Amino acid sequence: MAGLVREAAVEALADANMTWDDIDAVVVGKAPDMFEGIAMPELYLADALGAVGKPMMRVHTAGSVGGSTAIVATKLVTSGVHERVLTVAFEKQSESNATWGLSVSQPFNAALASGAGGYFAPIIRSYIERSGAPRNTGHIVAVKDRKNALRNPRAHLHIPDISLEMVEASPLLWDPIRYLDTCPSSDGAMALVIGSEAVADASKGPVAWVHGMAMRSEPTMFAHRDAVNPIAGRECAKDLYAQAGISDPRKDFDAAEVYVPFSWYEPMWLENLGFCAEGDGWKLTQEGVTAADGDIPWNPSGGVLSSNPIGASGMIRFGEAAQQVRGRGGDYQVELKTGRALGHAYGGGSQFFSMWVVGSQKPQN
Amino acid sequence: MAEPMIADHIVEYPGGYTRSIGPAISRYLTGLRDGRILGVKSKTAGVLVPPVEYDPNTSEEIGGSDDDWVEVGPAGTVESFTWVRRPRAEKQPFSQPFAFALIKPDGADTAMLHAVVVSSPDDLSIGMRVMPHWKVARSGSVRDIEAWVPLPSGVTPPAAPPRTVNADGEGAVTGLIQPIKLHYTISAGVATTRYLDGMAQGKIAGGRAPGSTEVYAASRGTDPKTGEPTSIDVDIADTGCITTFCVVNIPGLSALAPPVPFVSAHVLLDGADNTIMALIRGCEAHEVRMGMRVKAKWAEKLTRTHHSLEWFEPTGEPDAPYDDYKDNL
Repeated sequence: MAGLVREAAVEALADANMTWDDIDAVVVGKAPDMFEGIAMPELYLADALGAVGKPMMRVHTAGSVGGSTAIVATKLVTSGVHERVLTVAFEKQSESNATWGLSVSQPFNAALASGAGGYFAPIIRSYIERSGAPRNTGHIVAVKDRKNALRNPRAHLHIPDISLEMVEASPLLWDPIRYLDTCPSSDGAMALVIGSEAVADASKGPVAWVHGMAMRSEPTMFAHRDAVNPIAGRECAKDLYAQAGISDPRKDFDAAEVYVPFSWYEPMWLENLGFCAEGDGWKLTQEGVTAADGDIPWNPSGGVLSSNPIGASGMIRFGEAAQQVRGRGGDYQVELKTGRALGHAYGGGSQFFSMWVVGSQKPQN
Repeated sequence: MAEPMIADHIVEYPGGYTRSIGPAISRYLTGLRDGRILGVKSKTAGVLVPPVEYDPNTSEEIGGSDDDWVEVGPAGTVESFTWVRRPRAEKQPFSQPFAFALIKPDGADTAMLHAVVVSSPDDLSIGMRVMPHWKVARSGSVRDIEAWVPLPSGVTPPAAPPRTVNADGEGAVTGLIQPIKLHYTISAGVATTRYLDGMAQGKIAGGRAPGSTEVYAASRGTDPKTGEPTSIDVDIADTGCITTFCVVNIPGLSALAPPVPFVSAHVLLDGADNTIMALIRGCEAHEVRMGMRVKAKWAEKLTRTHHSLEWFEPTGEPDAPYDDYKDNL
């Protein structure tokens, strides 16, 4: 675990032209400790992350934690507390089994725990029923994100011959979710260096400017909850877009890196994030609008469907959005027109949301 | 109402967690398996035992070359200790009283935590000399040292046996299995206890908060929208409709799960404003539909547990119209 976070942190520092001594504080994030069976791993990561003698803290908001961690780190800078903060999110899922970790039943609780897929599959069924989306919509996303991953050497899943037929032939795990509609279980870490305006101005390399950031939460269960299109996600996006001056996300962003752990969540989040009217998300997916050559590429990196170290996945979305506006997207670089990109994460039973907007230019407001 | 119920809750990953241990711990555990204690040299903190991968002061990577490693001990000095008068069965290394001690092996600059076996705390002192008592069958674990025992003056500890790892590192310990068992005592709390009391009578208990008309089946004790206690008890019908569901085809996900394929559904009970998750049986998985009317199947012998409500099964009534449940998706 120490080596995993170290590798990401060393690379981020090198990219930012900094050393451990430049860093004022370290913020780490990961999902439940039950995945690795190490309680409070942050306690022993201080030396691996150069945090000795510095403030260090850990953030935890389930699957959205990578995004929330980046936001907490950024707020330590925008608040004027620190000049340079290193933030790292990670997960080492090979040490146990995430589906087991998410299925532990408590005494007295009758809930039939059947993994993350068992939780999200009925919600996906509701979406299909409500929107009338064709059954292959999820499969289109499953293929598109895996094709994108082939251009990203860091993506964990490379399936060169991925096709609709292959997805449709894969086992139906939690009907309507097929095996290839799901994300893998990965080990991985993502690190970002967050600097103040002065630090960014002095940077020799390209930086991503933070134009806005927002977090929202809601209970997993309440009367008449809209589990398909959660109000917390809609409110989070609204707040975010107001900060960043986004009026039409489909036109105002060059790319979006959105947390899509099950393929159907692309059309669902297209609606939740206001890229189209409610009920129309599947049409954008079907029309190829979100493809790498579409007018608003979603997950050009390959997304969560191609790499899912759960705790890191949100920060990977935030970081990949930043790489795009820095022009560091490599073979999966999108064309920069507005110079702005969205990073998004959600977690728990769609109960935590964290998002940021990054841009290649310094925000004017 | 009876007192809240209490239950044991054990969380244990089957088979134990698998650890890939990294280069430093690999050398350390391989050394222990070979009957020797290894330390790593650092620029700022001397020889560290147990070894670490990064300098504790500068975060510099250490231990990368063979020259960075040094065999310490086997004799050592007790730096501090605590006497364990009443060891807890299965939770501590010995059943008879012993000491946990910080022991600095000769040649090391840090102390390691381990056990010292003597017959009484009077036989222990800070600064006393000790040596490891090795297990015969060693696996690459800190418990390959059974315990530390007093080293009488003039006695030399036995030399370590030959190494078992060749120059290419073949035969090294590179991972381990770590069984972890967390044993909790869970209290059901007032709301769940009321729900379980209902189970014993074949009823689904619910509640609502005084300021709200919304009724929560299997309330967790508060109205999630306001945080107000759902202090008004409401018995909910044991009939309702399926709002949405999935067919699970993965076997063995939990101890409660029936053979696959099975249907896990959200059920909107008549008179409730929230859905509950439940198992659907009594028909084929492919026959289950959104809107399907269902009723609870109660166990023949009702108990104060959720097992009283075995599953929901179709009533045969016409399906509920979509408008009846569209606000609960």
